[in-house]
Amino acid sequence: MAVSSRRLQKELTEIKTAGTPCGITLLKADDFQTWFLSLEVLGESQYKGEVFALMFRFDPQYPISAPAVQFVVDDKYKAPLHPHVYSNGHICASILGGEWSPVLSVIAVCITLQSMLASCKEKKRPPDNDRYVAHAPDNPKKTRFVYHESDSAAAP
Amino acid sequence: MSSDYEYSDQEYYDEDDEQMFDEDGSASDMEIDAFPEDFKSKKGKQKSYEVPHEPLTQAQIEQFMAQDVENISGIFGVDVSIVDPLILILAKDRLIEKYMDNPTAVLVKAGLELPEKQTESSSRSRASQTGPRRSTRRQNSDQPRSGVSKIIERITPPVEDYGPFVCPICFDDTQTETMALACNHKFCSACWNAYITSKIRTEGEHWITCMAEDCSLVTPDKFIHFALKDDKATWERFQELLVRHFVSCNPNLKFCPYPSCTNAVSCPAASSKSVLTTIVPIVCCGASDSHKFCFGCTIDADHRPVICAVAKMWLQKCQDDSETANWIKSNTKECSKCQSTIEKNGGCNHMTCKKCKYEFCWVCMGPWSEHGTAWYSCNRYDDKSSIDARDAQSKSRASLERYLHYYNRWANHEQSAKLSVELYAKTEKKMEEMQITSELTWIEVQFMKKAVDEVFKCRMTLKWTYAMAYYLEKGNQKALFEDNQRYLENAVEELSELIESPFEPETIATLRQKVTDKTVYVQNRNEIMLEDTARGFQEGRWKWNVTVNGFDQAEEGEE
Repeated sequence: MAVSSRRLQKELTEIKTAGTPCGITLLKADDFQTWFLSLEVLGESQYKGEVFALMFRFDPQYPISAPAVQFVVDDKYKAPLHPHVYSNGHICASILGGEWSPVLSVIAVCITLQSMLASCKEKKRPPDNDRYVAHAPDNPKKTRFVYHESDSAAAP
Repeated sequence: MSSDYEYSDQEYYDEDDEQMFDEDGSASDMEIDAFPEDFKSKKGKQKSYEVPHEPLTQAQIEQFMAQDVENISGIFGVDVSIVDPLILILAKDRLIEKYMDNPTAVLVKAGLELPEKQTESSSRSRASQTGPRRSTRRQNSDQPRSGVSKIIERITPPVEDYGPFVCPICFDDTQTETMALACNHKFCSACWNAYITSKIRTEGEHWITCMAEDCSLVTPDKFIHFALKDDKATWERFQELLVRHFVSCNPNLKFCPYPSCTNAVSCPAASSKSVLTTIVPIVCCGASDSHKFCFGCTIDADHRPVICAVAKMWLQKCQDDSETANWIKSNTKECSKCQSTIEKNGGCNHMTCKKCKYEFCWVCMGPWSEHGTAWYSCNRYDDKSSIDARDAQSKSRASLERYLHYYNRWANHEQSAKLSVELYAKTEKKMEEMQITSELTWIEVQFMKKAVDEVFKCRMTLKWTYAMAYYLEKGNQKALFEDNQRYLENAVEELSELIESPFEPETIATLRQKVTDKTVYVQNRNEIMLEDTARGFQEGRWKWNVTVNGFDQAEEGEE
């Protein structure tokens, strides 16, 4: 069994036995290529009552290489209004790029993004949103983000 | 090339000759005083316009790197495996300074040691969570040389484990080999291998940190070698990345910018930006004569005699202005009263300036009031008032004209140089013809090729002299500079004409003599041009009509 499948199988088993942290729900994980999870910020925050969906795309090198993670933008879900989230759902977060570590997991990424939303003070789009969205590749991993200090929201 | 000519050097000149003799072939000692002071140095070892440099191949750079490492490890009194990653974070001098100041800070920065706090907390938390784990250790194959290399030692720390070890990355409990850095973050060697391979292969990264989140320890060379096992190609790629990085953070070294050339050049004379106001460090990487580039800036060509800052300014200006300036010149005129630039895009010749409301005639530029009813046609060209108006206009256009004067000459030489490929082909054909129609041998007709070589070289020099002259402040120095430029240019044009002129079998001997003489003369003029300009930079003789980077203070001081 390929490393990525074994690893994802293990993560899936853990999610199913131990459950997911508060505000995070597994929506769909039928294969080892694409997973969907929903994300909600609990407690007082700018995003109270809003529910978002995350799409994870894994390549066979996962977890050596980071998964491609983005917010789902469709009829049902919207990307959160956040200075590091583009309107097409792409996320500028260092742990999804250069600071990815193979010991991180799907749930760890969800928690990091949850805390990124929770710590947001002002709901707005990144300053270069329009330009980025117009030229963005389909897969956010192909974008070379420049991370600003505040981007590296760490998992609690 | 000189070896080819050696047996025939009584018949004509070659480069060796010129080193020893002046134009007429007599011993140079007698003649040398006839040359201006600065020209004498031509006979010396080092010419003012040449900067000492040393071409390095990939293997030589590695040697260079190893030398540096050995050197520093001697100074610090630590193992070479510790210094290896250190020279990649700081240039040698800075590194020695910093390390003497605070060795721990440098080691932390290089990822060789954990920051103080982190070591404690992580080792404590690790102790609590290591729990029952077991791993079958392999014996450390290459025992570290000294006590300092504790990092390596811990590649395979002897741990007494009880349960099966489950790698936190692949969750494979059948793994039997684990590896960890000094931070003790253990992962199976298959994961390490995949991780390191992917870092080197896909990311081109030589700086490989521990796989654990937020762990800043860097994997040492030995660890990588160990993890890669028999993957020679990836290990070689890693070595290459190290060398690349070493060169890029060493101000004395620069890679050759030519595609797929792996050579580098060491040029300590041009390692700091401040010397670039006095020298033009054109270097050659040694792979080929054409691999010439500037060590001081990003121009991939020989831009002597002009210094980097001015060359860059000129290129920038040309990029921004040339087309615009040409268009303005050919499509617009200026209002003779307020000098606004006006484009006439239709209508009659009775112009009213939008800005100052001055009414004038587009054809003669004179005031409209004097035209009476002679609409749509102007026969007043010579009238005094229109001459005055045109004078005012020409004055305001002077700067544009001035720029275009220099630009056109610059572009002309560039164009001629580009056409040199054709010229070479043509010359080659001519040389063949010469061999057939005359008694000359292949070696004897080489004078033609030599002449073309020289013309090409001189056109490059001339091209940049125009960039320089544009920025030179008016005065005696500029006049001298332009004299040298003119002599060179005339000589080059004459030689150019000679090369392209048709030849008759009867006159071939005279032509050969003429071309050979002219080539030597042109070569000397070029030397004088380069030498004198280089000297001028060293003596601070050149004054600019604009602010040039690095010259600011000198200019202010003099004013």
